[in-house]
Amino acid sequence: MTVSNHRWRNFKNAVIQAATFACAVLVVTPLVLVFYHLVTQGFTSINWAFFTQLPRPEGEAGGGMANAIVGTFLLLGQAALFGVPVGVLGGIYLSEYGGPHLNWWIRFAADILNGVPSIIWGIVVFALLVVHNVSLFGHVLIPRGFSAIAGGLVLGLMMIPLVMRTTEEVLQLVPGGYREAALALGIAKWKTIAQIVVRTALKGIVTGVLLALARVAGETAPLLFTAFGNLGWAHKLTEPIAAMPLQIFIYAIGPYDDQHRQAWAGAFVLLVLVLAINIGVRFLTRDRFARRS
Amino acid sequence: MNAVATSENLPATRSGDWHFGDRAFQWLTLAMAAVIFALIVLIGWELARGARPAMHQFGWGFLISTDWDPVNEKFGALPFIFGTLVSSAIALLVAVPISIATAVYLTELAPLWLRQPLIMFIELLAAVPSVILGLWGIFVMVPWLRDHLFPWLQKCFGFLPLFKGPIYGVSMLAGGIIVAIMIIPIITSVSREILRSVPGLQREAAYALGATRWEVTRIAVLSYAKKGLFGAVILGLGRALGETMAVTMVIGNSPQIAASLFAPGYTLASVIANEFNEATGSLYTSALIELGLVLLGVTVLVNVAAQLLLKTFAGPSVKPQH
Amino acid sequence: MPLISTQAVSTPPDLKSTGAPALTVRNLSVSFGGNQVIKHASLDIAARAVTAIIGPSGCGKSTFLRALNRMHELNPEAHVTGEIRLFGQDLYSRSIEPVIVRRRIGMVFQKSNPFPTMSIADNVTVGLRLNGVRARKVLAERTEQTLRMAALWDEVKDRLHAPAISLSGGQQQRLCIARALAVEPEVLLMDEPASALDPLATAKIEDLIVQLRKDYTIVIVTHNMQQAARASDFTAFFYLGELIEFGPTAKVFTHPSQKRTEDYVTGRFG
Repeated sequence: MTVSNHRWRNFKNAVIQAATFACAVLVVTPLVLVFYHLVTQGFTSINWAFFTQLPRPEGEAGGGMANAIVGTFLLLGQAALFGVPVGVLGGIYLSEYGGPHLNWWIRFAADILNGVPSIIWGIVVFALLVVHNVSLFGHVLIPRGFSAIAGGLVLGLMMIPLVMRTTEEVLQLVPGGYREAALALGIAKWKTIAQIVVRTALKGIVTGVLLALARVAGETAPLLFTAFGNLGWAHKLTEPIAAMPLQIFIYAIGPYDDQHRQAWAGAFVLLVLVLAINIGVRFLTRDRFARRS
Repeated sequence: MNAVATSENLPATRSGDWHFGDRAFQWLTLAMAAVIFALIVLIGWELARGARPAMHQFGWGFLISTDWDPVNEKFGALPFIFGTLVSSAIALLVAVPISIATAVYLTELAPLWLRQPLIMFIELLAAVPSVILGLWGIFVMVPWLRDHLFPWLQKCFGFLPLFKGPIYGVSMLAGGIIVAIMIIPIITSVSREILRSVPGLQREAAYALGATRWEVTRIAVLSYAKKGLFGAVILGLGRALGETMAVTMVIGNSPQIAASLFAPGYTLASVIANEFNEATGSLYTSALIELGLVLLGVTVLVNVAAQLLLKTFAGPSVKPQH
Repeated sequence: MPLISTQAVSTPPDLKSTGAPALTVRNLSVSFGGNQVIKHASLDIAARAVTAIIGPSGCGKSTFLRALNRMHELNPEAHVTGEIRLFGQDLYSRSIEPVIVRRRIGMVFQKSNPFPTMSIADNVTVGLRLNGVRARKVLAERTEQTLRMAALWDEVKDRLHAPAISLSGGQQQRLCIARALAVEPEVLLMDEPASALDPLATAKIEDLIVQLRKDYTIVIVTHNMQQAARASDFTAFFYLGELIEFGPTAKVFTHPSQKRTEDYVTGRFG
């Protein structure tokens, strides 16, 4: 009985091996296809005008996404401003201070926040900044309406739980011996953390921040009712501003072929930016990942 | 005369300095960490506040009403709840078997040289923004579905109400498929972590009994990891529920409840994305925010379940997922 | 009558009763990466007897044991050379699959590892079911038989369907022994089976080994010399990857021919 049973078992083994391999291929296929189309449709539409010109009014061909490109970077800059200090400092608390009970709740809450749909974030900041004026002591700081600040804020808020968790993880990797050595030298705890522990983990923290930035760079939904988009330049941070994902979306669902062409081009540039950050970061920290199986 | 350094020779430091610095830094970082809780409260509060007019107007009936009539200011959530649930269900049906099979392949069956490249590919797929996948969806996937897959499905299974009716391409099924593509990376990578955490001793026990590779996986790994894998699936579901852009671009955006998978649909996230800026009148906006509240509620519940499952299963903590 | 027929790879029945060795190991060398852990070991494992492998930590005892049932193939960095024959059959030849080798040579590990998602009974029969034995009556009989052999039957007969992890450490280890015995191996390898157990449980395991010796060939790795002296018929002493001495237990412990053996068994090192 064993011999025939054995052949059957080997056969099953081989079939499963093939089937799971096929699934792995299936998983990789969309990425390959997306990239293929981005290159064939998008790359070919990239020209100097794309990077330097503003969008043309509806229906007219030509123009570019200069404002959207600049807008994306402006928004990311603000997001970093809002999100990084809070995230990193919060991560420091999680790693270096706090009790096990409290920290469990903070981490749990951060993980839940990470799961909140991005469009919900958009609604929240809309209600905060767009619906009414933001005033301090009777002086209007941010008038109502869509604005670049609102866009930057929403992306920054989304970054906070991400950066907090990655910062904590990275700080945990710093060997306890460093902290002990510094404390034994009589250096205050906060200086130990700020100057020694954080500096040791700096590369990892920066990595986490960059990955979070790459993630929010591609977000569209929350920008729909905060930054809103702009066919021209935003001259002040309190004006609506264009951003690449927004522009791609608007062009994609529009009826004009030329806009579709530009959407592909924009998507290509955006994907290159996002992937460049992801790959670059992985490349730079590759010794950290070398042991993974 | 003595050259011994005493505390009088060392630079003067007041013990108060250290004390102050430590306390201040600790409070600062605690405050930043507590921002997390503040954000949760903020989200809940702002949504509840914005939704209140609509909640007041429509009550619980909102959840089961199929009206969506902005002109007459009659709103109901059912088509969107239906759309979100159905598209997410389709996404899970498609994504879960493929993801878990891939995770098994990557951890147990694949040749070693192939693992890292594949893992990297999958992580790159996770990084693709939703709007770009949506763009590809509109111009590449949907036409292909419309011209090839859907007609074939209708030919083979057209007797089922699921596959009856006109084929536009943009459809509930297209929405489900694109969400599947988006959640596959997260389910795969969390499942991989879960499978890797199964102790080697379990695998060895199975090998020592003379089991084949697949049998080892089945007996020692998969059954051990059941709970964690389920958590990974629920995490994927949470992600699926909140998917906005890619879905909006391929689902057809029609607030109807239809039996056919080829019919256009509408999800909670999509309707908010499409109509929020067009909403005239505060009741309209409030109704949309109430939809957001429903979405938030469902998503948070699902995520809490997933996190609890994952935290009580795996020893090493599961990384924050993007 | 064996439950699992092994027609294609059967042992000539007369070899078992003629006192021929169960396993013959010739020139076995095992290295990991560039590091050689076992150096040219050769010995004969007698059938229906207990052979103990002793030596200080890191001498390669477990590595030697695992070479016998081709467990090193799970490790991509492992390199095994030499010849190992089971009743005359070359275990590493291309015509035999490791899966078959491992069914004929069973293994019990240092830390008990019953499958936690299975009941006690299912753990015992998992090997049989994998090999195609499905008849419930046969499985039940075999379960009782092996659990009795493992001296566990009386303790668990009323809760065969309880989860295996509800048992104590010592009971789990005996369950693992029953699980290994259920597939009717010709040789049973035990890698420090009692090292994680308390003295009471250890004593039970040792009694078990003495009982099993009547029907099975057993190779046991142990760092506990008293255990080796009590329970085994033959002893092999390894040191830094080399087989220093091999012979009947009584001789190795009372009149060892190598100085290093004598130093080890008298506790001068290790």
